[in-house]
Order: sequence, then structure tokens, then C-alpha cells
Amino acid sequence: MAPPVWLKPVLFVGLLAPMAILGIEWVRLLSGAAVPALTADPVAHTTRELGEWSLRTLLAALAVTPLVRLSGWTPLLTARRMLGLIAFTYVLVHWTFWMTLDLEWSMTQLAKEVVKRRYILFGMTGFLCLLPLAATSTRGWIKRLGARNWQKLHRLVYLAGAAGCIHYAMLVKGNQIAPKIYLAILTLLLAIRYLPPRKRKHATVPKLQAAEPTIH
Amino acid sequence: MLIRSRQDWEIHENDVTPEDSYFRRREILAGMAAAGLLPSAAQAQDAPAPVLKTRRTFTTPDEALTSYQDITHYNNFYEFGTDKLDPSRNAGRLVTSPWTLKVTGLVKRPQTYDVDRLLRQLPLEERIYRLRCVEAWSMVIPWVGVSLSHIINHVEPLGSAKYVAFRTLHDPRQMPGQRSDVLDWPYVEGLRMDEARHPLTLLSVGLYGRPLLPQNGAPIRLVVPWKYGFKSIKSIVEMRFVEKQPPTSWNLSAPNEYGFYSNVNPSVDHPRWSQATERRIGEYRKRDTLPFNGYGSAVASLYAGMDLKKQF
Repeated sequence: MAPPVWLKPVLFVGLLAPMAILGIEWVRLLSGAAVPALTADPVAHTTRELGEWSLRTLLAALAVTPLVRLSGWTPLLTARRMLGLIAFTYVLVHWTFWMTLDLEWSMTQLAKEVVKRRYILFGMTGFLCLLPLAATSTRGWIKRLGARNWQKLHRLVYLAGAAGCIHYAMLVKGNQIAPKIYLAILTLLLAIRYLPPRKRKHATVPKLQAAEPTIH
Repeated sequence: MLIRSRQDWEIHENDVTPEDSYFRRREILAGMAAAGLLPSAAQAQDAPAPVLKTRRTFTTPDEALTSYQDITHYNNFYEFGTDKLDPSRNAGRLVTSPWTLKVTGLVKRPQTYDVDRLLRQLPLEERIYRLRCVEAWSMVIPWVGVSLSHIINHVEPLGSAKYVAFRTLHDPRQMPGQRSDVLDWPYVEGLRMDEARHPLTLLSVGLYGRPLLPQNGAPIRLVVPWKYGFKSIKSIVEMRFVEKQPPTSWNLSAPNEYGFYSNVNPSVDHPRWSQATERRIGEYRKRDTLPFNGYGSAVASLYAGMDLKKQF
């Protein structure tokens, strides 16, 4: 089945819009306008928004395979790499923003934070897990590494997802609901992969198995 | 003859803004702006006209006030939601008048105050304090209120009263955030008697010369400027004088992170983040946090002999 032409553009625009909006708001703020949407602490607000969108887009990328498994709609697979790269972009911008505004690029400060603060350790772990995945996201790298090794390497995305969710959960004050929702979704997505393959016994079996090598 | 020695934190008579200029400050600012003496941002951040009659008795030197807009739209008041903008969005249903404040416990003369009447009877002062949030951001706020000691003296605590316990309203219909269990409701706080009696400890009913808005803890709240913001309990319905150290909400939620005292202390980090620096609302770069939020000369003696790393 050929993927519909709108699939990737819609996901691309929809998921990157929050970052574009933040960018526009910052341009307006720095040019002297009042921007209530950025709150009274634009730095804290922006760091948090970028972090939340990192998690959302990462979970979206992680949802592709389970969704295809449940629905059998394989065209979705063509958007997976793009979703992963969008998630990586959010994480990269989130990290860069924090490094600039909070640490002012002090590497000693970064080392201190990683050692002292467990939530920073988890955040950095997630970021470092995603780096090799983004770097090897091309067809060329799949060939160079071999599909099997490439697939193994890219399972790191689950570690990144877990690290990101824990990073967020450790950061909030009080008994807040949002980090728990992210963790629940991540667990659910992981669980779907390990579900006994009920569907395979039925009519969709050959098709799903044929699609398998590209699923992971 | 009354000889009164001025504390170093008290304001000089000649530093007090004359009432006339204070009430005309909008005209004065407008005049300055017209003459090109003010950047346009200063006009945009102008606060609404003051309506409470106050006398400025305390100021924190070399600090610019945080804008009225920011003070009223960047709030931690989990009774209305956990997002900073939630309180300004969701606090509209809070009925702040009539409001009764019960003062009870180990006192000679328990009282039930009608807060509207209290507001008319009390000699309201304006005091400019820094507010340091435990989340490492800060503001400079012109509070309106009176020393808590006014009330304490009125109810005459018994000798056995060693602490004051405060309680916020608990009504999920007016405070929708109380439908979630982010904290155990109602919110409770406490002070040791000497802290409660300290002249800097303010019972606040307003800011920027106007009655408090619900998101800022209307109609009556505590302000303890040398402690992290969460000690300054909002929308108080009860003060109880007690013998034993009372439970406090954030301490119950995470005892290893939030102590009973919670004095601002740059050398005692929150277990999850540093308290050495803070971001002043309106600024981008962080600045150093001061011990006791800069009010050490007035309050450090309250904690003489205590290990503040252990009793944080």
C-alpha cells in the first residue's frame, strides 16, 4: 500500500509547530513586545515546553510499530524515521537551551549537575542514547551496520524514552499526574510489543510477518 | 521619654515616599514618560491605581519592583492547578468576601475576625520584600499588610503556646485544584512563636496598593520574606496557637526536601536542584541567592545555635 501523500507533511508541520511558535514568541519578546504566553519566566517556561514536546514526539515515534501491529496499516511505517528525528530535534533544542540559559556552557557545571542531580543524569542518558540513533538514521548507515546490528542499536530508543519519562517524573513537585501519564503510555507501548501475537493466527499473519523486518 | 532605637532594616523617615507623591505616582510616571525620561516598557508595566491607604514602612534597597502583571500571572497556588498560569485562570470562583479568619488555640481571647472589617481597622503598611520561591526564581513585591504580631497581641497567647499553625480554605468547589491529590488538603503551615512575632512577618491583605487578587492568596495571607515562598500560606481561614511543632504541607509531601524551617539558604541545596542561585523574574541570567533572602541581619539571631544544614 502506498503511503498517502499527506501523511508526512501533516505530521511534520503538526509536530514542529509548537517549536516554531516558541521561536516566534521569543523573537517578539526580544524585540520588546509583551508575550504573556511565555509567562513571567520565559526561560523556565520554554525549557519545560521543549522538554514536554520531546517526550510527546518521542512517544509518537515509539507508537508507530505498535499502532501498525494493532491496525495493520503499514504506510505509517514510512513516517517513523521522521518522527524519531523530530523527537531528537526537540531534545537537542531543549538541551541546548538549558546549556545556554542555565549553565552558560560551563562544562564543569554540567559535570557537577550530572553527578549531583539524578534527574539531570536521566535526562543526559536519554539525550546520549538518541545521539547515535539520529546519526545512523540514514539508509547508508543501515547498510553499513547491517540491518540486524542497526536494529539492535535502535532499540536504545526505549532506554531514551524511559530515561526521559523518569527525568520528568523526578523533576516535578508534589504528586502530579502528567509524568505518570507519560510513563503509563510508554509502558503500554512497550507492552504491546511483547503481547502474544494473537492476530498472527488469523488472516493478517502473512502480511504482518512480511512487514516484520522493517518494523523494529 | 520614649527613646526608640531604629533597627537597621527599618526605613528612615526621610526615605519614605511622601503620601502625596505615592498616590500621584501614575501622573508622575506619565509626566516622566512624556518627557522621554522612561523607556516605553516602564509605561506598559504600570500597575492599576492604588486604592488602599498605606504608609510605606519598609523597603528592600536597590531592588526594582516586579511588574504587577507578572506578580498576578506567575503563581504557585496548587489549590488552583500546578501550572504557573492556572491560578490566574482558575481562581475566579473563590469568594473572598465575606471571609472569616478564626484565631484560636492556646490564647486568652480567641477571635473570629471579619476580614473586610479587619482591613478597614488595621493601620496598613506597605513593605517591599523579596520573595524567593523554592523553585529558584524570585520577585520583588510591594505588599500591603500589618505585622502578624498585631493579631498575636490582640488574642494574647498563653505561655504554653510555642507555635502558630495556619490553615488554608478547603473547598474544592471554589478551589478546583483540590480535586486532585497533588498535596494533602487543606494546605497547612506553621511558624515558631518567635518567628511569628518577628516584626518582618507580615499578614498581608494587598499588593501594589490594592487588595490581593485570589491568585495571590486573597483575602489574607502570610508573608515571611526570609523563608521560601511556600511558607507564606495563602487564603488563611484559621490560625491556631499550639504547644507542639505543627505539620506543614510540603514537609508532609516530601520530608527530605522541605523542612519545617525552610529558611532561604544558598548553602543547603534542595535534593534535586541547587539553591545557590535564582532567576529574578524579568531577568535572563541567574543571580546569587542571599542567606535568609538578604534579611539575615534582622532574623539570623532567631536561629543562633541551630545547625541549619540539619534543621533546614
